[in-house]
Amino acid sequence: MTRLTHREIMTAIVAAVALAVAATLPLFDQGYYLSLSLNMVMYAALCTAWTLFSGPTHYVSLATAAFFGIGTYTVGLGLDHMPFPLLVLTGCAAAAILAGLVGAATLRISGVYFVIFTFGLAELIRQIVSYAQIKLTGKMGLYVFTDFTEKHVYWMLLALTGVVFLTGWLINRSRLGFAMQIIGNDETVAKHSGIDTARLKIVLFMISGAFIGMAGAILAPRYPYVEPPAAFTPMTSFLVVIMALLGGTRRLWGPLIGVIPFMLLMDFISVRFPNDTSIVMGIAFLVIVYLLPDGITGRLEQLWAYLKKPQTQPQPVTAEERA
Amino acid sequence: METIVTGILLGGTYALISIGLTLQYGVARIMNLANGETFVAACFVAFWLFTSYAVNPLWGILIIAPAAFFVNWGIYSLLLRPLVDRAKNQGMLEVDSILATFGLLFLFQGLMLRGFGGAYTSYQFLADRFDILGTFYGLNRVVAFGAACVIAAALYLFLYKTRYGTAVRAVAVNPNSAKLVGIDVAKAAALAFALGGALTACGGTLLSTFYSFNASMGVVFTMKALIIVIMGGVGDVRGAVIAALILGVAETAVARLIDPGLTLAATYALFVLVLLFRPQGIFGRQQA
Amino acid sequence: MTTPALSVNGARKAFGGLVAVNNVSFEVQEGELFGLIGPNGSGKTTMLNLISGALRPDAGEISLAGTRISGLPAHKIARQGIARTFQLVRMLPAMDAEHNVIAGAVFGHQRLWGEQAREAAHELLALVGLRGREHVPVAAMTYIDQKRVELARALASNPRVLLLDEWLAGLNPSELNIGIALIEKLSRQGRTIIMVEHVMDAIRSLCGRCVVMNSGRKIKEGEVEDVLSDPEVIEAYLGDDDDA
Repeated sequence: MTRLTHREIMTAIVAAVALAVAATLPLFDQGYYLSLSLNMVMYAALCTAWTLFSGPTHYVSLATAAFFGIGTYTVGLGLDHMPFPLLVLTGCAAAAILAGLVGAATLRISGVYFVIFTFGLAELIRQIVSYAQIKLTGKMGLYVFTDFTEKHVYWMLLALTGVVFLTGWLINRSRLGFAMQIIGNDETVAKHSGIDTARLKIVLFMISGAFIGMAGAILAPRYPYVEPPAAFTPMTSFLVVIMALLGGTRRLWGPLIGVIPFMLLMDFISVRFPNDTSIVMGIAFLVIVYLLPDGITGRLEQLWAYLKKPQTQPQPVTAEERA
Repeated sequence: METIVTGILLGGTYALISIGLTLQYGVARIMNLANGETFVAACFVAFWLFTSYAVNPLWGILIIAPAAFFVNWGIYSLLLRPLVDRAKNQGMLEVDSILATFGLLFLFQGLMLRGFGGAYTSYQFLADRFDILGTFYGLNRVVAFGAACVIAAALYLFLYKTRYGTAVRAVAVNPNSAKLVGIDVAKAAALAFALGGALTACGGTLLSTFYSFNASMGVVFTMKALIIVIMGGVGDVRGAVIAALILGVAETAVARLIDPGLTLAATYALFVLVLLFRPQGIFGRQQA
Repeated sequence: MTTPALSVNGARKAFGGLVAVNNVSFEVQEGELFGLIGPNGSGKTTMLNLISGALRPDAGEISLAGTRISGLPAHKIARQGIARTFQLVRMLPAMDAEHNVIAGAVFGHQRLWGEQAREAAHELLALVGLRGREHVPVAAMTYIDQKRVELARALASNPRVLLLDEWLAGLNPSELNIGIALIEKLSRQGRTIIMVEHVMDAIRSLCGRCVVMNSGRKIKEGEVEDVLSDPEVIEAYLGDDDDA
């Protein structure tokens, strides 16, 4: 469990090369394709961070928009007072704290309560932030003026995605990752094996939330004006769930497979049939539940296993192969 | 005092959609996130019946409720039964049903947006004033509340005084034991799901008489209904009613005394209290 | 007098109106192979659940080598040194035998990791008779083999007290002999074991002392042969004669 295997080294090299290639995009285009790619990278970071928690625990978190919005708003509020890097860390910490509170309240009980709680969380935070801002400053929304252009945001998001992947990989090899696997298999066994399941779930949720908050903070400079309904839009939560599940949450790189095609699809739909995005999302959910319960990667792995050994059952995934 | 009465009137409206959801989750074990869409669809159908055919919404219920019953029966049998059969345990079924009904939520909302547009709609029905203890309320609100009470009472009679109703309650308490005493659990679950949809639709019809509605509104009502169901104890109809009234009063109080923009915060505050101190709800059973 | 490995004092657990465990007290000494027997529904598994922390006692105290454990959450009790098997075997279905056992070694009473954990797991799998099958997915194993994996997993934490919940249930005669021999081996190694069992031959051949429960109460405690010939115990198992 501690030495790097040949396969892992190859994966790392491929990933590094892919990141480097992706980083060169702004040299070729600073308009439409950069914008689209920026969205993709943002969702890649968000979906992978989401999967860090919701993958192993099977708790569907709809809190993404809340953490994201907090990150964005922290930057917007503090831009006149603190340097940007510090603000990103603060936004990250604020999101982590919120995740800790939500986790402590809901993760000790069944997953359904968690889903319901996070369902309205973004709206709740939005209401509170709007209320507080109007009471304290008399207006809603913030101006965000920085020297950053889209390409800077793009590079920062790429770096963040890389960090999220690295963190996920490290977690998978660690005791935390193993514990989460055990919890995902049988929580009673986990508890009787000495695992403090509640605390670990909360810790993992906080890590996931921190990254999502960081993404929101990095995104703040993208548009000059930020207001609560946009920063905290529940759409973010829903899209992240769709793309992560579409790709498959049993592998760290699963969500990536879901992000690219779905983003292209949504881009297409929002141009041609802008009123039908809801219908598309609805169909996507139904497709995931009925046809792709383990996502595209799940089906691909079934296919792979079937092709390798046509006469036996597919082997379940072991801990080592998971990273 | 006025706050309390207004809150109770509001709570009565929440009660029907919550009863609907508690039946669906408590008996059929489906967390139906698309419940709010049934609610809103009922609003639009009531509107259409009233404006196009001058049908009194109270009579419109006789059309809308059975329609909702059949549609929900269909949804359960065709879309949700396969998930029930496929799930290896309750946890998996919950996740699957949440995602599936989430999909239905978006699908129906999208279709309604297409059909009716996104604008707020309303119609005038019994918009006179009605005197309760010295303050005036809309007659439509009072009538809606009265109708909700009648419907809830009818449901109570069904659940507690008939054989089918008792079977439904038995499945809510323990599906395995219910099976052992000869209850067709699958049928009871389908019945409960359909009945839940019908009750939600009644709630929507009644709401449309005094509240403006639009196609995107379903989510808010689903969210509140979910919280009410948990507060009242999953599967328990009395709990849902009491929790709905509590929420109605709390929301109204916060809106008037603190700030109308914090109603959701009030709801969540109640929710957190329940989760921390009594997660099984008012009437729920302690989990071992 | 030495501190008992496990002492239960006035334990009580009720579910609504049903009192599953009613004022039960007993002590288990270090290295004992202790039996907990009784007819169905007498509260034996509930008693085990109280010890392992799956349930909290409503009243009474449970102590492990003098340290109070009742009221602690299950994971803390596990870390203190209690390990158990379950009445219906609980596997980690997506993993192989090796990882199922390692799961017991990492977070519990002894905290191994990496190569150490893997070696310990292999040793234990060999001990329970699964040498060479470390990489077989447990989902593909027979019931008896899964039980062995579960036993190895419980042992992986090097527990101070091992709880076996009807571990010999559902075994055919030859498997039963192997199972009894295995438990005997563990006992000779000095392990403190509490067995809930229905298989009377196993109780007779393995246990020294035992406690008999009926309807939540302790009705007899003592050496196995004495207990099993006691008329009240026999009546509890076979029931009253019908009143004519």
